[in-house]
Order: sequence, then C-alpha cells, then structure tokens
Amino acid sequence: MSSADLAVRPAVEVAYRGTLGRQVRSELRLVFRRRRNIAMLVVLALIPILIGVALKLAGQPRGGGGPAFFALVTGNGLFLAFAALTVCLPVFLPLALAVVGGDAVAGEASAGTLRYLLTVPVSRTRLLLVKGIGVVAYLAGAVGVVALTGAIVGALLFGLHNVVLLSGDTVPALNGGIRTLCVCAFVFIDLLGLAAMALFYSTLTEVPVGAMAGTVATAIAFAVLESVPQLSSIHPILLTDHWLDFSELLRGQVHVWSLLHSTLVPLAYTAVFGSLAWARITSADITS
Amino acid sequence: MTSTAATAVSPLVVDGLPLAIRTEGLTRRFGQHVAVDDVSLTVPQGAVYGFLGPNGSGKTTTIRLLLGLMNAHGGTISLLGGAMPEDAARVLPRVGTLVEGPAFHPYLSGLDNLRRLDAYDASTDPATSSERIAHALERVGLSAAARKYFRRYSLGMKQRLGLAAALLRPRDLLILDEPTNGLDPQGTREVRTLIRELAADGSTVLVSSHLLAEIEQVATHVGIMSAGKLLRQGPLAEVIGSAASLLRIDTTDPALAVSVLQRLGLVVGEHTADHVSVVSPVMPVEDVNAALVSAGVPVRGLLVERPTLEDLFVSLTGEGFDVVR
Repeated sequence: MSSADLAVRPAVEVAYRGTLGRQVRSELRLVFRRRRNIAMLVVLALIPILIGVALKLAGQPRGGGGPAFFALVTGNGLFLAFAALTVCLPVFLPLALAVVGGDAVAGEASAGTLRYLLTVPVSRTRLLLVKGIGVVAYLAGAVGVVALTGAIVGALLFGLHNVVLLSGDTVPALNGGIRTLCVCAFVFIDLLGLAAMALFYSTLTEVPVGAMAGTVATAIAFAVLESVPQLSSIHPILLTDHWLDFSELLRGQVHVWSLLHSTLVPLAYTAVFGSLAWARITSADITS
Repeated sequence: MTSTAATAVSPLVVDGLPLAIRTEGLTRRFGQHVAVDDVSLTVPQGAVYGFLGPNGSGKTTTIRLLLGLMNAHGGTISLLGGAMPEDAARVLPRVGTLVEGPAFHPYLSGLDNLRRLDAYDASTDPATSSERIAHALERVGLSAAARKYFRRYSLGMKQRLGLAAALLRPRDLLILDEPTNGLDPQGTREVRTLIRELAADGSTVLVSSHLLAEIEQVATHVGIMSAGKLLRQGPLAEVIGSAASLLRIDTTDPALAVSVLQRLGLVVGEHTADHVSVVSPVMPVEDVNAALVSAGVPVRGLLVERPTLEDLFVSLTGEGFDVVR
C-alpha cells in the first residue's frame, strides 16, 4: 500500500444527459414486462369483451336496467367503452392500481434492491419521481386498455354510428371519439389520487401486500362512507365522490367548469399523498 | 509532491496518510439500544480494511450509515473526501457496494438486473453500458449464466452477481459486506484474488467478515467491533502485535525460574509444577534463556506462543454463542 500517490483522485463526476429518460425506460420495462401486471391488463381487457358478448347474446336490457350506459351499447358500439369504464372504475381499476402502486417502493424494499438503487446512487426524490411515473404510466395503460378494447369490441359487435348523447343530441362519430378520449382523461385523473395514495403507502412498508391492501381498504372505506346518507356533509371531500361525473361529457352542452371542479378533489389527493410520499422517502432509514 | 496535493484536501489526511473513510464519533441508536456507539473509523486510501465483529456487533449498521442509507444520531462521516450523506451524489458513484448480501429482482435475468442498475447511474456513459456489464460479468465468472433468471441462481451465483454490480464501473472504494458468504472454497479464493487485484489497482477495500482466516490473508488493516464499539483498529501486524504473546518455559524448578524472571522485570503468568509462562516478554527469548541457565534453572524447553487474529478477536469479543447484549 503506497500511501500518498494514491491520494484523492479528482472528484469529477460527469452527469450524462438523458439520465431521467434511461431511468424511466428501465422502470417502464420493469412494470410492463412483469407477468402479474400484464395478466391484470388482460383481465381488464376481458371485461368489455364479456359485457359486449353478453349484450349481444341477451339483447338490450329491458327498461334500461343494468349499470349506466348498458342500455345504449346496442345502439352504438362506442358506448361499450363507457360501460366498461363504469364497471371497472369502482373495483377492477383501483385493484390493479393498488397492486402496481403498492409494489412500487415496497417491492424494491422487500427484494432488497432499494438499498442498491440508492447507493448507485439515485437521489430519493428522483427515485420517487421515476417510480411515480411508472405507476402513472400503468394507470394510463389500464384505462386505455379498457376503453380501447371496449371501443373496438363495441364497433365490431354493434357498429359505430353517429353518437346519440345522453341529452338526446346526435354528434358525428369523430366527435364521439374525442369525447371518449376526454372520458379516459377524466377517469385517469380520478384515479391519480389513488395512485398517489398507493405510492405513499408503498413508502411506509417493506411488505408490498401491506401497501396494496391498504390502498384497496381505503378505496372501499370511501365507497362505504359514500353510501351513508347521514355523512353527506363529508361526501364532497371523498376521493370517490366525483368518480362517475364523466357522464357529463356525454351531454350536448358540456359544463366544462363543473367537470374541472370535479377533478379538483382527485388532484388535491394527488398533491397531498405525493408530498407525504416524498417526505417519507427522503427521511426514512432504509433497513431492508 | 503528491502528498502536499493530498494534504490540501485536508480533513482526509491523518499522519500523512490520505483516508478513504473517516468517521468521528459515529453513533446510531434503535430505541434504547445503541447499535453503533461512538465509532471513529480510519481507513487509509489503498488499504484492504478487514472490518471484523461478531454477528450483531454493528458492522452492517455502520456500513449503512457510511452509505447514507440510515441517518446517524451523532458524529460525522467522510467518504473519499466528501461528507455523507450530503455529498452522496458526488461520492457514491466511486463506491462499489455489497451490503447484507446480494439483492436483485428475481424475475429478471442477471444481465437485465445489471442493465437496470446501470441505467440508474447518472455517472456512467450509456454507450459503454453493454461493454461494462459484459466485463463485470466476466470478471466474476458469470457470463454463461447472464441470461438466466436471478431466481434460478445458486447462492454463490447470486453473490457473484452482487460483486459484478459493484464492479460496473471503476471504483475508488469498495465496501463489501460478507463477500464470501455462500461461496464454495474456489469462489472464496476467487474473491480473495479479486480483492487483491482491486487493491493493486489502487482501490481501497473495506471488507466486513467474521471469517478471520480469510481476512488475515488479504487485509492490510483491521478494525474489530463488539457491541457497537470499535475496540481496536490499525495495521494488521500492529493490531495482532498488541495482543499478548506468551513465552512458555518448561522446567523442573518453577519457583527458582519465577524469581529469576521477576528479577528481569518480566510479567509472570500462570506457573505449575513443570512450567512457567511469561506474558508479552519484553526481551529476546535467547537472553531470557541465558539468564535462566546462568542462575541454575534447569530449562527443558522454551516455546513462544504468538497470538493469531482469532485469539485476539475472541479475547476482545468473548467466547461462545451468547449475543453480547
């Protein structure tokens, strides 16, 4: 061991450009190549198919029974996308989101890979950002899969016609398509709050199932509170309160302000739980 | 000349030696329990520092504190001239780590796991990524199994992949926690060779272990932890030398021998009917022998018992399976 000539080497560290891009690509590969996550997307795609086939075989429900939009599907295939989103929104989408979001940080902690990522090093803020992007990308993918499968299967089974809106107005198919995209965006924002919540829970534990269960339990708790009329005073601040407001987009005259107002609650949840997740991950001891 | 340049970087230099790691008064508690208690590590640049201690003595917690994975409750940490955890982004790219065993995504291949780690590293050139990954895999003899799922790896292969991750780019410091855990004798030898190569390239290596024979073969310096405290540290020879050696004198007249030895100012340990022991003899053995013989002590045999690292370790950290706390 010769001493002084091995002295401190220059501490120059080049930061290569596009690191965030590399990190996000790696994260997306991890999320979208994982078999469990792919399986959940497949299940989500099956739901509009099942609804479509059932409606095709059984015919239009009498007297407009069944969940929202079901009665309209046979008239216009595009409504299968809305019907499927309505069915998936309370349970299936939150469940898939809880699994991926709850796994985001806790999964790395339980595998022990969190300590190696942090000593690469990656700053904790950056890691949370990349993980958040991964979860949000999965959410977008999940919503997209349901809507797209719904639209395609609906078009195949029932055809695409001019869209007769809930208000009775008729708009061209293209207009209907744009409205569908807006509905997807609205559902996406609805669930963003839940994604942030899942991410926060994920920073609290090194047991991914715990974070997943916590997210699902919270979503169920909201639904329960929502169903109790005596608690109507707190309903406006529940994450789930405006989840189905997207039907507003299917009226002739869209009340933009009322829609934007509906997105405030999920966006507020996103900000609060995103900040909590950040506060937690930047201060936690990594003992896993 | 270079030493003045090094001195300019100041707090890293002690006694003219630049330090790769220096902690002062490092402390970490878990509730009432003090896991790391006022630890002041001094690891010179270029050293192979054997970080020893029984299970639960605070080695791994110290390493986690060094790497900024945990928050210290007291003390300072300097790593390659930077303060931790503040300078982590600047310092840690130059530090390769293996902390508490390898950990990778089980459902990704070894290769994909390394790709993932490299993608996260802002300090490496993406253009050379495949080349560096292939080289690291080759260096630990894992090229053939690179495309297997990590979950299909044997314990030894997992350990190798962990080492490969630490070697993804040139490092100035390697912090290896139990690097030979789970390896067969061949693997253990290879790791020893690897550590020597890294040190020869100028990297500093801190290797924690409780395999003392292993450490004795590669370390230039050692530090011994017990119950959260750093009991001893320094160059290997000095630390071992600090343990008492014994001079055993076989004789038929132990009483006379004891009086001669005491006149010489030597510390007499146990003595029985047929032998006398001298603790840490401060004069050459042949002189002791000459003095004994000239005083008429019938000397039948002389034996110097030099301590091993294990003797010292056990004398410092205690025998048996009892956890110290």
